[in-house]
Amino acid sequence: MGQFGIGQPVRRKEDVRLLTGKGLYTDDVHFDGQTWGVFVRSPQAHAKILSIDTSATKAAEGVVAVYLGQDLKADGVGTLITDVEFKDLSGKDMFRPKRDFLAIGRVRFVGEPVAIVIAETQAQAKAAAELVVVDYETLPAVGSTAFAASSDSPVIWEEHGSNVGIHWENRAEAEIDAHMAKAKYRASVDLVNNRVVPNPMEPRCAVAKWDADAGELTMYAPTQGGRRIQQGIAKIVLNIAADKVRILSPDVGGGFGIRGKIYPELGVVAWAARKTGRPVKWRGDRSETFVSDYHGRDQINHAELGLDENGKIVALKVWTIVNCGAYFAENGPRLPINGGGRIIPGVYDIENFYFSVRPVLSNTVPTDTYRGAGRPEANFLMERLMDAAAHATGLSRDEIRRRNVIKQEQMPYRTQMGMVIDSGDFVGNMDMAMKAADWAGFEKRRAESAKHGKLRGIGLSNFVEPSGGRPTEEMRIALTPDGKATVYAGTHSHGQGHETVWAQLLESFLGIPFEDVSLVQGDTKTAPKGSAGTFGSRSSWMGGVGLQRSAKRIVEKGTKIAANLMQTEPSAVTFDAGVFRAGTTSVTIKEVAKAAHDPKALPEGVEAGLDESYFLERDPEEFNYPNGTHVCEVEVDADLGKIEIVNYIAVDDCGFVLNPFIVHGQVYGGVAQGVGQAMTEQTVYDEDGQLVTGSFMDYGMPRAHHMAMIDALFNEVRCKTNDLGVKGAGEAGACGAPGAFVSAVCDALKEFGIRNIDMPLTPDRVWQTIQNAKAAKAA
Amino acid sequence: MENFGYHAPTKIADAAQLAEANEDAKLMAGGMTLLPTLKQRLAAPSDLIDLAGIADLRGVCRDGDEIVIGAMTTHAEVHESAVLREAIAGLASLAGQIGDPAVRHRGTIGGSIANADPAADYPAGVLGHGATIVTNKRKIAADDFFLGLFETALEPGEIITGVRFPIPVWSTYQKLRHPASGYAVVGVCIVQTKTGVRVAVTGAGPSAFRMAAMEEALTKDFSVKSIEGIAVAADDLNNDIHASAAYRAHVVSVLAKRAVASR
Ligand SMILES: Cc1cc2nc3c(=O)[nH]c(=O)nc-3n(C[C@H](O)[C@H](O)[C@H](O)COP(=O)(O)OP(=O)(O)OC[C@H]3O[C@@H](n4cnc5c(N)ncnc54)[C@H](O)[C@@H]3O)c2cc1C
Repeated sequence: MGQFGIGQPVRRKEDVRLLTGKGLYTDDVHFDGQTWGVFVRSPQAHAKILSIDTSATKAAEGVVAVYLGQDLKADGVGTLITDVEFKDLSGKDMFRPKRDFLAIGRVRFVGEPVAIVIAETQAQAKAAAELVVVDYETLPAVGSTAFAASSDSPVIWEEHGSNVGIHWENRAEAEIDAHMAKAKYRASVDLVNNRVVPNPMEPRCAVAKWDADAGELTMYAPTQGGRRIQQGIAKIVLNIAADKVRILSPDVGGGFGIRGKIYPELGVVAWAARKTGRPVKWRGDRSETFVSDYHGRDQINHAELGLDENGKIVALKVWTIVNCGAYFAENGPRLPINGGGRIIPGVYDIENFYFSVRPVLSNTVPTDTYRGAGRPEANFLMERLMDAAAHATGLSRDEIRRRNVIKQEQMPYRTQMGMVIDSGDFVGNMDMAMKAADWAGFEKRRAESAKHGKLRGIGLSNFVEPSGGRPTEEMRIALTPDGKATVYAGTHSHGQGHETVWAQLLESFLGIPFEDVSLVQGDTKTAPKGSAGTFGSRSSWMGGVGLQRSAKRIVEKGTKIAANLMQTEPSAVTFDAGVFRAGTTSVTIKEVAKAAHDPKALPEGVEAGLDESYFLERDPEEFNYPNGTHVCEVEVDADLGKIEIVNYIAVDDCGFVLNPFIVHGQVYGGVAQGVGQAMTEQTVYDEDGQLVTGSFMDYGMPRAHHMAMIDALFNEVRCKTNDLGVKGAGEAGACGAPGAFVSAVCDALKEFGIRNIDMPLTPDRVWQTIQNAKAAKAA
Repeated sequence: MENFGYHAPTKIADAAQLAEANEDAKLMAGGMTLLPTLKQRLAAPSDLIDLAGIADLRGVCRDGDEIVIGAMTTHAEVHESAVLREAIAGLASLAGQIGDPAVRHRGTIGGSIANADPAADYPAGVLGHGATIVTNKRKIAADDFFLGLFETALEPGEIITGVRFPIPVWSTYQKLRHPASGYAVVGVCIVQTKTGVRVAVTGAGPSAFRMAAMEEALTKDFSVKSIEGIAVAADDLNNDIHASAAYRAHVVSVLAKRAVASR
């Protein structure tokens, strides 16, 4: 393979452009005659809207228009999508609260938009927005997850009569109790999986214009591929055909799952552009990110494990409450059920598994997919449970895991929930990680740390996380007459480095030089019709394979053209590394590309051009299974409760690695987000439903100094269910890190009898836990 | 942000005149704290008087037994000052612990103490060293300067021109960083002078304060042991989602002991 081919640590093509300020983000786009929109947001967590007076706003300088929820509704705008359906065991449907694009009659979380003010300048719109008078009648609010589920809590949706959207169970609990009863050992955990605010670097933004003659909308916005947003805006908001809506997202500063959604603000900006007949731009600020971007995680879990006399798991039971916020967002209740819940047993061979999920509604920002989308929660839970099992059985933390992991010879392994894990070397992951971390030499390091007053701990975490997202994707490759290639994609790189990886693939598949491959993405007009976008670590496995098959079609057609050029039969032609050969003659793909655009050089019946697409469709129940073992080592300054990560080993099996440099980047970023959740990121709503941690002064984003150098290793086992052998890489880090980190801290604090601390492990919380443990011991 | 007039005087007297003439004007140092409040529409001054062009407000120099730091000197300049490192290493170290590099290259000592954020680092340094705040009108002892939460002895329009730090025998500053903002959850400054020891605490209360009991004990016997038994009362300390009052009280004593031990 050449220097720029598959598997090489090729430096990212896009970085020079992005790092020298040449990126094109939505905020860089301005349309002629553009107006500015500013949203009026609810300052109340839960209130009736008695009246809204916009007279002063309308009279204010520069104001073009003010719109309320009723205005959209009267124009036929529908409600936001909840793209999930679940039934409970009795067959009863999940409750589906409706959300208007601008709140009508009732607000249900701080930050919920109630009006848009449009003016000639942003400053005018902001000033005028302050003049909107909303008369609220405050209602009791529900700010916390546990409270939302309790019977004392105010009910947010009277028509449903409860804050619990559904009580979902995978099966009757009693079936598992019979197995649990046979257990020799029991272990249990009670966990909080803390809510996080995703905070991509780029806040949300949108700029839309309406072409009245063509009846077409063009909108720029940061997305993860605009296809679904295009469809949603067309259908729900504008009531026009999808191909009359064009969504562009040239460069995007981070997605993490939450940029792939149809937010109310997108719909309102699009609709207002048509309504006013003038382009409308909205630039959200960081405060709006905090109160209106979907949040992540937010679960409370109780779990019980039964083990036999050999430490083999005989039964697992899990109860989850997930706080979905004020409304069920697109994926809301999917995350703890199909997203993560069904993979809770993880890398372990567990036949008897019961799980129950209660998605609750509260007066908080809705939660949706965030890096891992249910799987980090599931893996964290299982790994905390395995540590508890080690304690219960008296086995070491690695031994209890070794006795229960699915062995390679059991693959393909069908889980109790019917998922088929095709490949993975779970024992090997542990061996590799523990060796790299010098697990065996840990006690010596612990003693060394103790000499300078620090408590040292080590922890490990296994994980497996089904990846793949939606089951269809289409990719297109077009060659120009001078032999250069353009990839047209609906997958979307917003940090992932597709410009680089797609070019590597084409260099390998077609022998077209890396620098001659360019990428056109982020435009629903140029994206292949059947494309979906980038989420759930799917781009390589859907898009990469789609490219491979498109390339194959290029070669097939190229073979016919080459045969014609070499005056031989296509069957006599072979292709390798950019050269078509027949006997001793050959033509390059560059020559073939030229001929393809020259009607005189084409064989009969072959259309001009070398431009091929492939629509890839897989079994929707088939996923790939990235997995790994992470080991974290910490030092705790017990007097201050301060934790320092001193070593971090990540062993990842992402299948065949297309570019180790880029996958390392994914691992580092994922680990940083996992450590962030575990160490610093704390989302606090007070009793009145006010978001207390609404800025970076209070919300602890992880910084470089919170991290250690990460040693990222691969234990590569090719995926059996796709041609490239790839598995996802984007979400693994966030799955492995919280469990490894918390395990390490608890190991450091074991002398106090501390077995768990709820995330995030901030200094005061760690210190308080130590004080409580000391007091409990003394009592 | 609302529209405002912008002035860039080059002399202290001109700045003072502008400030005197318009009570709705605001002095601006690096704008680190001020500009975000304008952008968030929490403040709307009619005019900004930018002090950045006044050369007399910048720099670190030695004047006999004192170090004089101009109000517009950035935290980075203070941190890197060779004169200061030589004379009061503990203060140079304090400046280096503020925020992150971007903050240190824009934030100023004058802006920091005029703002009197309860979690800012400088107040502990200024109070601990028994510094004198020099304004265009008078000199104010540090002990009389910090009055409460975001409250100082400054009169409207009064301009801090510099801060005079008596050169101590030894000093140090120890800080527990806030996990989000990087400000001090608690910061403790311990200063040994020829006449005694001063202990100042920031982050823990509504504004920086001195710990009389520790000062007394350390003046008698500068050792960890001498302050070991001194309980820090949690009653009046800050209590928030990041740190309980009890935790802050505990951290004050831990940092004080570590500070002494580092001598
Ligand atoms: C992200 C971030 C992190 C930070 N972290 C820390 C930290 O860890 N520790 C810490 O101590 N601080 C921290 N700060 C504060 C920072 O160090 C600045 O000192 C502070 O923001 C003041 O900024 P400034 O000097 O630019 O003053 P400005 O923002 O320009 O002014 C602040 C106030 O002081 C007044 N003022 C300014 N100069 C004078 C003067 N000469 N005379 C009278 N009044 C004056 C202004 O009118 C205004 O009211 C942080 C700030 C930010 C934004």
